[in-house]
Amino acid sequence: MTIDSVRGAPGASELAEPELIRLLTPEGERVEHPDYPLDLSAGEVRGLYRDLVIVRRIDREAVALTRQGELGLWASLLGQEAAQIGSGRALTEHDMVFPTYREHGVAWCRDVPPLNLLGLFRGVNHGGWDPAEHGFHLYTVVIGSQTLHATGYAMGVQRDGLLGTPSAGATMAYFGDGATSQGDVNEAFVFASVFNAPVVFFCQNNQWAISEPLEKQTRIPLYKRAQGYGFPGLRVDGNDVFACLAVTRKALENARTGQGPTLIEAFTYRMGAHTTTDDPTRYRLKAEEEAWKLKDPIERVKAYLVRGDLADTAFLDEVEAEAKQVAKELREGCLALPDPAPLSMFEHVYAEDHPLMTEEQEQFAAYLASFEEEVTP
Amino acid sequence: MTPVSPKLFKLPDVGEGLTEAEIVKWHVQPGDTVEINQTIVEIETAKAIVELPCPFEGVVAELLVTEGQTVDVGVPIISVSTEAEGGVATPVSEPPAQAAAMREEGVPSAAESGMTSPDQPKRQPVLVGYGVKEGTTKRRARKAPNGAPAAPVSVPAQVPAQAPAPPPAVRPQAVDNRLPLAKPPVRKMAKDLGVDLTTITGSGPQGSITRDDVLAAQSGEAAAPAAPRATAEREERIAVKGVRKATAAAMSGSAFTAPHVTEFLQVDVTRTMDAVKRLRDLPDFAGVKVSPLLLVARALLTAVARHPMVNSAWADGPSGAEIVMKRYVNLGIAAATDRGLIVPKIKDAQDLSLPDLARALTDLTDKARAGKASPADLSDGTITITNVGVFGVDTGTPILTPGEAAILAFGQIRDMPWVHEGELAIRKVTTLALSFDHRIVDGELGSRVLRDVGDMLEDPLRMLAWS
Repeated sequence: MTIDSVRGAPGASELAEPELIRLLTPEGERVEHPDYPLDLSAGEVRGLYRDLVIVRRIDREAVALTRQGELGLWASLLGQEAAQIGSGRALTEHDMVFPTYREHGVAWCRDVPPLNLLGLFRGVNHGGWDPAEHGFHLYTVVIGSQTLHATGYAMGVQRDGLLGTPSAGATMAYFGDGATSQGDVNEAFVFASVFNAPVVFFCQNNQWAISEPLEKQTRIPLYKRAQGYGFPGLRVDGNDVFACLAVTRKALENARTGQGPTLIEAFTYRMGAHTTTDDPTRYRLKAEEEAWKLKDPIERVKAYLVRGDLADTAFLDEVEAEAKQVAKELREGCLALPDPAPLSMFEHVYAEDHPLMTEEQEQFAAYLASFEEEVTP
Repeated sequence: MTPVSPKLFKLPDVGEGLTEAEIVKWHVQPGDTVEINQTIVEIETAKAIVELPCPFEGVVAELLVTEGQTVDVGVPIISVSTEAEGGVATPVSEPPAQAAAMREEGVPSAAESGMTSPDQPKRQPVLVGYGVKEGTTKRRARKAPNGAPAAPVSVPAQVPAQAPAPPPAVRPQAVDNRLPLAKPPVRKMAKDLGVDLTTITGSGPQGSITRDDVLAAQSGEAAAPAAPRATAEREERIAVKGVRKATAAAMSGSAFTAPHVTEFLQVDVTRTMDAVKRLRDLPDFAGVKVSPLLLVARALLTAVARHPMVNSAWADGPSGAEIVMKRYVNLGIAAATDRGLIVPKIKDAQDLSLPDLARALTDLTDKARAGKASPADLSDGTITITNVGVFGVDTGTPILTPGEAAILAFGQIRDMPWVHEGELAIRKVTTLALSFDHRIVDGELGSRVLRDVGDMLEDPLRMLAWS
C-alpha cells in the first residue's frame, strides 16, 4: 500500500452517484433490498403519506407566516420530508431524539404540537415542550453540538443497564452534512465508538451547508467516515420514506440491543432556502433543483399508492383537506400566541434559585418599574 | 367586529433585522381577489428578492406604495377588503382604539407584565416574531428620579431620561459639541441631503431626530430664500450603491491597472444587414431575435479563435506575473438596465451554434434587464462586447472589464456616403472600437483582431471561411 494508491481520485463520482439503499424508486416502484425487508400494510403506507403531506403543509404555512412578519425566522424542511418521517416513524416509545432546528417532521412523529415549534421561531418561547414527555429534546441551533448531548445521553442509558431489556431506548442524533465538519460531531463519533454507545447518528445530507456545497465538506461519501471511527455507516435514499424507515429501524434495534452506534447518511436535498433569510439563487443553479424535483419524496409514495390501488381519490382529497385544516389552525394559533412577560425570561434558566440571577431579575424588575404608568398618545 | 373594513398589510421584516425594502413588482391590482398566502408582491431587501404572501383573504382595495419605492418596515403597503369573519384575529385588524394603543408599545410595568394572559391582546416588545409593528415605536417616559437611581442594567435602548437632549436650536454651539441624537440611517440621510443635524430639533424618542425631521428641515431649507442654503436644491446628491458602486469600483480598478489602448475602424456592414434579414427567415431562427449584434458576437468569437491571445487575462502567478490564455470564451454583453450597467456572460460561447448563440444572447440580456441575472451569470467573463450603438452614438473608448484583455464597442449603424466598388454610394456603415490591455496585446495583434472583425462584418462569408 503506497500513499498514491490510497489517495486515489477524490471520488467526485462517488459523491454524485451514491450507492443508495432504496426500497421505493422515484417513479414509485417498490424494489427489494436483501438486508432491509419491509412489510407495510396498506394502512401503514397511507399513514406515512398522510404524515408527509401534513408536514410539508405545516412547513409551507410557517414560511408564509415568516414572510408576513409573524415569525422571526424559519428553517424549511422542504424536500427532506421522507428522511424525517421515515426515521421518525422508526422510533419507539423509549427512544430519545436530539434534533437540529429543522426536524419539524420528526417533531410531528413525536407528537410535539407544531404550534410549539412556531412559538420558538416567533420568539415567544424557547420551545416549550417537555423533552422527556415526547422523547424529543429541544431544538439545537448550534451546529452539531447535539451529537455530543445525544452520545452522553446514550451512554447514560447504557449505564442504567437497560440495553437488551424491553424498556431499552435508543438515542438518535440528527444533523446535516455541514455539521460533519464540526469538532463536536467528530468527538461524538469517537465517544460513541469507543464506548459502544446506543446511539444512531442520522445525517440528512441535503447537499448544502447554507451556501457551501457538499464537496467543501468531504472528499469521500459521508457514510464512509464511520468506518474510520470503527462503526457501521450506511447511505440511504433520503427521499425514500420506506428505505429511511427500514434502515433506521434496524439501526435503532442494534442500539437497543447493545450492538453499538450506526451512522445513517440520508441522501436528500434541501429544496428551499437554508432559512428564510437566505437566498439560494445566489449560489446554486436552478437546474440542480429541477433535477431533484423529479425525486420528490411525496410524489413517489402517491404514485405507489395509486398504482397499487392502495388508496383512492377520496383518500388523497381527505389528506389534502386535513393538511389544509392543520395549516389553518396553525395560522390562527400562531397569531394568538401570547407574548411572554419580560420577566418570564428568568423563569426556566435554573431549576433552583440562583443568587446572581435573582439579583439580575430584581434589577430588571426595578428598571421596568421606572417607567411612567400612564400612557397617552 | 362586524364592520367590513379593509385590512392593512404592513411591510414585514423578512430577514433578521432588516429595516426597509424596495417594492419591485406588484402581482395584484385593486379589485383582484386574493387568498391567504397568495403571492402579492416582490420586494428586494438588502439580502434578497423575496415574494410576500398575502395574510388575508378578500379583495384588494388599494396598493398603498408604488413599484420602485423603498419602504420602511411597518409601513402599510396594501389594503384588502375582507368578509368580516367570526372574530378571527388577524395581526393588523384591530379596531382603531386598540390599534392606537398598540402604537404605544411601551415596556410594561412589572405589575402589568405579571398579569399578561393569552386574552390580553396588547403586544409587547420581544426579540423577534413580533408581528408587524408601526414604523416608529415610542416608549413611555421614565419616572422622575426620586432618590434611587434606575438600576444599572444593560438595555441597549436605554438612554438616561433625566438627561434629555436639550433643544438643539438654543444650544450654544461652541460649548456643547455632543452629537445630536439620531439613528445611523438618519445621520446618513442627513449627510446625503446636506442637512446639518445640529440645526434640527428632534421629535423622536428622547428628542432624537427622525427621518421626517430631516426631510422637513430639508424642505424648509429649500424654501428659505437664503442663498448659501440653496445648494441642496441646485445639486442632487445620489448615494453610490449597488450596481453603480460595483461599476465604479470595476471601472476605476481597470482603468488604473491595465494600460488601455483603443483603436477604431469604420466598416461597411450592408452585407451583414442583408445577412441578418435572411437569417431571420430561416426556420432555425424561428422565435429567436436575430440582430446585427449576433453577427458581431459571432465575428468576435471567430477572431478570438484566430488570435487566442486577445482572450486572456493578466494574473499574478506564484513566480511573478503570468498571462492566462483562455481556451474558452465567456462572452460578456454589456446591457443597460434600470439598475445600471450589467454585463452578463454567455458561457462557453465558442461552442454555440448560431441559433444557440442568438438564444443565449436574448435570454441573458432579458434576464439581466429583469434583474434576475445570477452571480454566476455575471462572473468569469473572458472578453466583452458593448453595444453603444443602441444609444445612437458612433463609438466610444470602452474601459476593460477587470480580468479581461479586450473589449469591443459596436456603434450605431447608419446610412453614409461610402466609396463602394469605385463609386460613391449610400451604404450602411458602423464604427467599431477595440480597447485592449497593452500589457498583453500589442498594437499589431489588436489591429489584426479589429481588422478581422471588420472584414467579417463587411463580408459575412468570411465568418464561414475562418470558422
